Amino acid sequence: MTIAEPNTSSADPAVPRATQHHPPGPPTAPAPVAVEVHDVTVAYHRKPVLWDVDVQIPSSRLVAIVGPNGAGKSTLLKAILGLVPLASGTVEIFGRSLRRARSLIAYVPQRESVDWDFPVSALDVVLMGRYGRLGWFRRPGRKDRDAAMAALEKVGMKDLAHRQISQLSGGQQQRVFLARALVQEARLYFMDEPFAGVDAATEKAIVDLLREIRRSGGTVVAVHHDLQTVPEYFDHVLMLNMRLVAAGPTEEVFTTPNLHTTYGGRLTLLDQAAEAVRRSTAPGAPR
Amino acid sequence: MNLAPATLGFTLPVFTADDAWTVATVACCATACALLGCFLVLRRLSLLGDAISHAILPGLAAAFIITSSRGAIPMLVGATVVGLITAVFSSAIHRWGRIPEDAAMGVVFTSLFAVGVILITWGARDVDLDPGCVLYGVLETIALHRVDVVGFSIPPAFVSLAVVLAVVVLVLTVAFKELKIVSFDAGLAASLGFSVALIHYTFMGLVAATTVVSFEAVGSILVIVMLIAPAASAHLLTDRLSRMLWISALIAIGACVAGYLLAVWVDTSVAGMISVVLFGVFILTSLLAPRYGVISKLAHRVRLAVRILGEDVLGMLYRWHERAALSGTAAVPPLSPADLRRGLQRPFLTRLALASLSRQGLIERAATVSLTPRGMDAARGIVRSHRLWESFLAKHLGLPLDHLHEPSHRVEHFITAELQSVLSREVGEGRDPHGSAIPGPGTASQQSQPS
Repeated sequence: MTIAEPNTSSADPAVPRATQHHPPGPPTAPAPVAVEVHDVTVAYHRKPVLWDVDVQIPSSRLVAIVGPNGAGKSTLLKAILGLVPLASGTVEIFGRSLRRARSLIAYVPQRESVDWDFPVSALDVVLMGRYGRLGWFRRPGRKDRDAAMAALEKVGMKDLAHRQISQLSGGQQQRVFLARALVQEARLYFMDEPFAGVDAATEKAIVDLLREIRRSGGTVVAVHHDLQTVPEYFDHVLMLNMRLVAAGPTEEVFTTPNLHTTYGGRLTLLDQAAEAVRRSTAPGAPR
Repeated sequence: MNLAPATLGFTLPVFTADDAWTVATVACCATACALLGCFLVLRRLSLLGDAISHAILPGLAAAFIITSSRGAIPMLVGATVVGLITAVFSSAIHRWGRIPEDAAMGVVFTSLFAVGVILITWGARDVDLDPGCVLYGVLETIALHRVDVVGFSIPPAFVSLAVVLAVVVLVLTVAFKELKIVSFDAGLAASLGFSVALIHYTFMGLVAATTVVSFEAVGSILVIVMLIAPAASAHLLTDRLSRMLWISALIAIGACVAGYLLAVWVDTSVAGMISVVLFGVFILTSLLAPRYGVISKLAHRVRLAVRILGEDVLGMLYRWHERAALSGTAAVPPLSPADLRRGLQRPFLTRLALASLSRQGLIERAATVSLTPRGMDAARGIVRSHRLWESFLAKHLGLPLDHLHEPSHRVEHFITAELQSVLSREVGEGRDPHGSAIPGPGTASQQSQPS
């Protein structure tokens, strides 16, 4: 399997990319490539926010995208999903174009991206996950409702299925979003800060769910803010600061020098990260 | 509407066929606007109806200049095209100019309106555009023009508005799912492969066409009220989109009928009266709506305050019992209702709380207030919560003794039996930091039932 060079200068096209072999991690079989991002640049108002990102994301892994605020983490997700126009570059998903791979993908946006006062129930929101496979103008039927209820049950929200969504706590709203992604029965899940502002119980439920997705061969790419939990939750990391700083298996690239390059002088964050690195590399550390 | 001869001391209006046609016409218009308005209100685009209704002026003028006719079709096409341009320009300026969406709309529709004024004075001088007509329509004269449609003599305004309503209902029925997902989460819709732009501009085209056709009948102000008021009222009354659509349609129809009758009764502008009725409906729903109404929210807060005061009363009575048991009833005078009202500083709410407690059989009220056996259990639960929380704060946060009471006094009302047992495991039974005994778990705790 090939991965992008976990090197601080990998975004520099002058440096040739090396290939590496993935060491035996939790999923041992060599994983094929889920997402291939090739020289992608994205600009808002002619100001580049992502600069020449070139990376491969392996499948059947839990992948974190980390980086400081404004590093383009959410933008990278949106660029892969075709939600923002690419100034240059290409994206391939399981070797196909986005259009042809759409049914394999589920997207969990940031919680703040929608209006929670909208007059819909939790079940309605989850049902929206089925709209893609229904296509234009077909209404969801019995089978779709059953699938939606099953997904709500999986995230522990069955009893609240008929609540209007503003009457749910932040953690419960996040679970509804996850259930919506689950009913898409995708192979590749993109999540924008799934752990932001959720309670401890929800965080654990989400982690369990992510591991279940990985066990059944799925891939999760998540923007993640809490550096301390990166080694515990994720197999693979992309470190981003407008350019790609490093990408690879967590134990190889989630290192203090890479974190320094990614986060610059933000010391408090680095202290947290150093702590996390120490824990993950210490003998007998929980993985 | 004719007025019947005054035989009973007041005049009874007689509902004629002309009245029926007028009401039916305006009801079609109101229903179409209300249904579209639901999506506008939910997408925070309410102002767009206003923008479109003003911006269509250049469309009307251009259509007249090009075709030299005032025919309905060229007017409709011209106005709808400009209406769409308004929507496209607004979102383009919002996106590329980095200007808030409402400001962008404001710039676009006023500029287009100005272009319309110039076009009219330049090329369409001889069109009689009555400003009054533009503002509040020609509702009263709708029934005076008639065309023959398959043998029936029908006002043309009714025909066009009925067609608009039919198209709106058809589109909303067929594309309900698509409109819902684009309105709620456009990002998800796009990631599922729906064309957000196609859905958005189809909807905007529908808004523009509806506004244009309605505008001729009811004027530019009533159109805006019809787009916003029924939808905003309906949103306060329900938590489901489909029900919101039904309710807004019913409000729209009801307001048309009521407004028309009222207008005839007091002999004033029909469009104006319907607007007033719609506004009245909105005010009433925002006051009276079961969950989101002002009164319901106020009542909820009063109920909460009464519950908390009631629990405070129980706590005070429990502490009185403790002191009486220590130093004898003679040394500690019993508490009267007046003592409690004064002590809790909110006499009116305390009166309500005392009434509620005696209704629940927790206290007995006479010259003095005393706890019943069940009241004693409930009171023990409250004081237990209070003292457990004080112990927790002292043990884990190391707060000084005089900083413990206030936070515990607030929190005691929200500690469930389950949390009590967790706290008890954490800090142990025995005495609180002030030395008072922590009462054992009561048989029935009032707080375990959420209000």
